Amino acid sequence: MDFRDTPEEAEFRRELRQWLTGSLPDDWTERAPTVGRFDVDTSRAWSKRLYDAGYVGLTWPKEYGGGGAPYTHQGIFLEETARIGAPDHIGGIGLGMAGPTIIAWGSEEQKKRYLAPLLSGEEVWCQGFSEPGSGSDLAGAKTRAVLDGDEWVVNGQKVWSSWAHIANWCILVVRTDPEAEKHRGLSYLLVDMHAPGVDVRPLKQITGDPEFNEIFFTDVRVPRESMLGQPGEGWNVAMTTLLHERGTLGFALTAALERQLRNLIRLAKLPTPDGRIPADDPVIRDEIAQEWIDLQALRFTNYRSLTTLAKTGVPGPEGSVAKLHWSETNQRLTKLALSLQGLAAQLDGEGGIWDGFWQYQQLRSRGNTIEAGTSEVLRNIIAERVVGLPRSR
Amino acid sequence: MDFAFSEEQELLRAAARDYLADRWPSDHVVTTADAEPSFDGKVWRELADLGWLDPSLGLLEHAVIAEETGFALLPAPWFSTTALAGPVLDAPLQERVAAGERAVTLAWAEPASWTLRGQRSSVRADGDRLTGSKVPVADLASVTDVVVVAADGLYVVDLVEHPDVVVPLSTTDRTRRLGELRLDGTPARRLDAGLDRLDDVRRRALALAACEAVGVSQRAMDLAAEHTKTRQQFGRVIGTYQGVSHQVANIYVALQLSRSLAYWAAWAVSEGDPEQETAVAAAKAFATESAVLACESAIQVHGGIGFTWEHVLHRYYKRAQWLEAFEGYGRLHRAAVAAAILDGNGTEVAA
Ligand SMILES: Cc1cc2nc3c(=O)[nH]c(=O)nc-3n(C[C@H](O)[C@H](O)[C@H](O)COP(=O)(O)OP(=O)(O)OC[C@H]3O[C@@H](n4cnc5c(N)ncnc54)[C@H](O)[C@@H]3O)c2cc1C
Repeated sequence: MDFRDTPEEAEFRRELRQWLTGSLPDDWTERAPTVGRFDVDTSRAWSKRLYDAGYVGLTWPKEYGGGGAPYTHQGIFLEETARIGAPDHIGGIGLGMAGPTIIAWGSEEQKKRYLAPLLSGEEVWCQGFSEPGSGSDLAGAKTRAVLDGDEWVVNGQKVWSSWAHIANWCILVVRTDPEAEKHRGLSYLLVDMHAPGVDVRPLKQITGDPEFNEIFFTDVRVPRESMLGQPGEGWNVAMTTLLHERGTLGFALTAALERQLRNLIRLAKLPTPDGRIPADDPVIRDEIAQEWIDLQALRFTNYRSLTTLAKTGVPGPEGSVAKLHWSETNQRLTKLALSLQGLAAQLDGEGGIWDGFWQYQQLRSRGNTIEAGTSEVLRNIIAERVVGLPRSR
Repeated sequence: MDFAFSEEQELLRAAARDYLADRWPSDHVVTTADAEPSFDGKVWRELADLGWLDPSLGLLEHAVIAEETGFALLPAPWFSTTALAGPVLDAPLQERVAAGERAVTLAWAEPASWTLRGQRSSVRADGDRLTGSKVPVADLASVTDVVVVAADGLYVVDLVEHPDVVVPLSTTDRTRRLGELRLDGTPARRLDAGLDRLDDVRRRALALAACEAVGVSQRAMDLAAEHTKTRQQFGRVIGTYQGVSHQVANIYVALQLSRSLAYWAAWAVSEGDPEQETAVAAAKAFATESAVLACESAIQVHGGIGFTWEHVLHRYYKRAQWLEAFEGYGRLHRAAVAAAILDGNGTEVAA
C-alpha cells in the first residue's frame, strides 16, 4: 500500500502542472468561479489544446490517438485539472461513454474513423438512450430501425439527450426486432446528427438552460455498417456504455466535487453583509468538514477501485458507490453554499454572489441523482448485483 | 499509487478470519461476554501464537487484525494492548506480552481531561508510588497491567499484584468493559516513554478504531443480507422490497467509503504522512458513525428478532457505539478537520 506518486507519476504530475499554469491566463486562480454554463467555442478551443499536448484519452490505445498510459495518469490529470479549475473538454459523453464503447465493440475501421476527432474535440457525441416511455427501463426502448438494403431506417423519439444540439454523432439504442424478448430486440447504432430526418429540439432545464434535447428521427437512413455489435446485441453494448458512465467516471466526479469544495471554502471565508464570517460558525464548520470527509472517502474509494482495475482488468465492485454517493454529496454541498448567502441566495445574476454561480450549481445538482441512472436504480443494482439480494422486479 | 495490502498482509487476514471463525463463533462470543471478565491466559496465548502480540507488527498489520476482530467481535483486550498501550511499553514488558503472559491497557481519561490530545493528568507520582484516579479505562478488569498517564510521565501498575485498584463499571458493550482505576500510593514502575508519545498513540488508536468499525459494519451488512435473502412476508422474500433492500444498499455504500478512509488513515499514520491528522479524524468520525447506522439498519430489517437480547446484533451495535464514543464523537473530529481546512491555508489540505 502506498498512496504516493511513483517517481514516474510525480514527473507526469509536475509536467502537467507546469503545462496547465502556462496554458491558462495568469490571474486564472484568483478569478471568481464562472457560473458553469458552457461556452462551446471556448470549450472546443481548450479541448484542442489539451489534445495537442497529449492530455486527452490518456489511457486509450496509442494507435487511435490515445496516450496508452496507465489509469493512474488519468486520475492525476483529473486531480490536477480540478485543483486549478481548468475548463472541461467539450466531449464529455464521447470521452466517458461513446469512446470506451467504440474501443470495446468497434471494428478497426470504426475505431480509426471516430476516435481521433472525438479526442480532439472536432466531433461531439450525444447519447440517445432515454425515450418518453422508457428511462430507467432502457430495455423498453421503442425507437425503430428497419433494414432497407444496405441502410437502417430509423423512426422514433429520444429525450433528455445532453448536448444533442451541438453533437455530430449519436450513440443510439434502437429496436430492430420487435418480436424478440425486450432485451434481445435491441441494437446499437452510430448516427450522424446532421443526416436528413434528424430533428433536435432543445428543452429548457430547471436551471433555465437548454442543455438537453428531444431528438426526433423521421426515416433517417443509417449505413448498415454503422452499428456496434450485431443486430440484437444492443443491450450488451449499452451495458458497456453504462458501466463507463457510472463507473470509471468516479475520478471525474470526485475531481468536480473537489472543485466545488474549494469554492465552498472560499465562499465560507467571505464576510456576509452584516460582518460575520460563515467559516467561524461551529455548525457550518461541522457541515463543511463533513463534505471534506465525504470527498476523501470518494477519492480513496476510487483509488481502491482503480487498484483492483490495474491488477485484474475489472474495476472493483466498490466503484459502484461512486456516482451514487457523489450525487448526494454534491446536492448537500450546493445547498449548504446557498444557505451561507442568506437572503442573497435568491439573487441569481448581477448583484448576487459570483453572478449566480451557486444558484446555478445548486439547481443543476438536482439532476445528478436522475441522470446516468437514478439513485433508486443504482441502489437496486448494488442490492441485487453486488450484495446479492433477490431481484425486486 | 497502490491501494492494496501486500501478499503477507492478505495471508495474515486469511489466517485471522479462519482462527476467529473457528474459535469465536457468535455463541461463544456471547457466553464469554456475559461471563465475569478476567484475564483469560488461554485465549491470550492463542493470540500470541498467531503472532498478533508481536511488537514487530506494523500498523497496517494491526489494521488488518482490527478489522477482522471487529467483524468477529473478539472479546479479548487486543485493542487495548496493541492500539493503546503497545506503543509505549518497554522491551521487557513487550516480550512478556508477545509471549502471551501479560495483557495491558492504557489509563488516560478522567472527567476533567478525557482525551489523549493535550491530556492533563491529575495522577501524582511520589517516587514510585501513584495516587489519583482514572475513569473510564478500557478492559481494566481483563488485563494484567495498566499504563497510567500521570502528571509527569507514564507508569505501569501490576494489577496481578494490586487487584484492589480496579473498580469494574457496568458497561453497555459487555465485550469491552470499562473500569475505574483508583490509585492510592500504589507502587508503579516508570516507563522510559514520555507523555510526548501520546499524540502518536492517539493517532494509531483512532486509525485502528476506524478499522474495527469497518469490521463491525461488514458483519452488520452480512447479517442483514443473510436475513433479507431468506425471510418471507406477504409471500415474498423481504429482500425484494426496496424499502428493505435499499437500506442494505446504504449499508454497503457507507461500508465501502469507511473502508477506504480507514485504510488511508492507517497508511498515513504508518508513514507519518503530512495528512495523518486529518486522515485519522476523517476515518474515525465517518467509520464509527457508519458502523452505528449500519447496525441500526440491520436491526430494523430483522424486525422483532433484531430487537432481542438473544440475537447477536445488539452486541455489534454496542461495540459500534463504544467506538463512536471513543476519543470523542464525530463532531469533535470534524472540528479538527474544519480547523485544518478552514483556518490554515485550507486549499492545500483539500487536495
Ligand atoms: C441532466 C440530465 C441529463 C440527461 N442526459 C441524458 C442523455 O444525454 N442521454 C439519455 O439517453 N438520457 C439522459 N438523461 C435521462 C436519464 O437517463 C433518465 O431521466 C433517467 O434514466 C430516468 O428515466 P426517466 O426520466 O424516464 O424516469 P423514470 O424511469 O420514469 O423514473 C421516475 C422515478 O421512478 C423511479 N424508478 C423507476 N424505476 C424504478 C425501479 N425499478 N425501482 C425503483 N424506482 C424506480 C426513478 O428512480 C425515479 O425516481 C438525462 C437526465 C438528466 C436529468
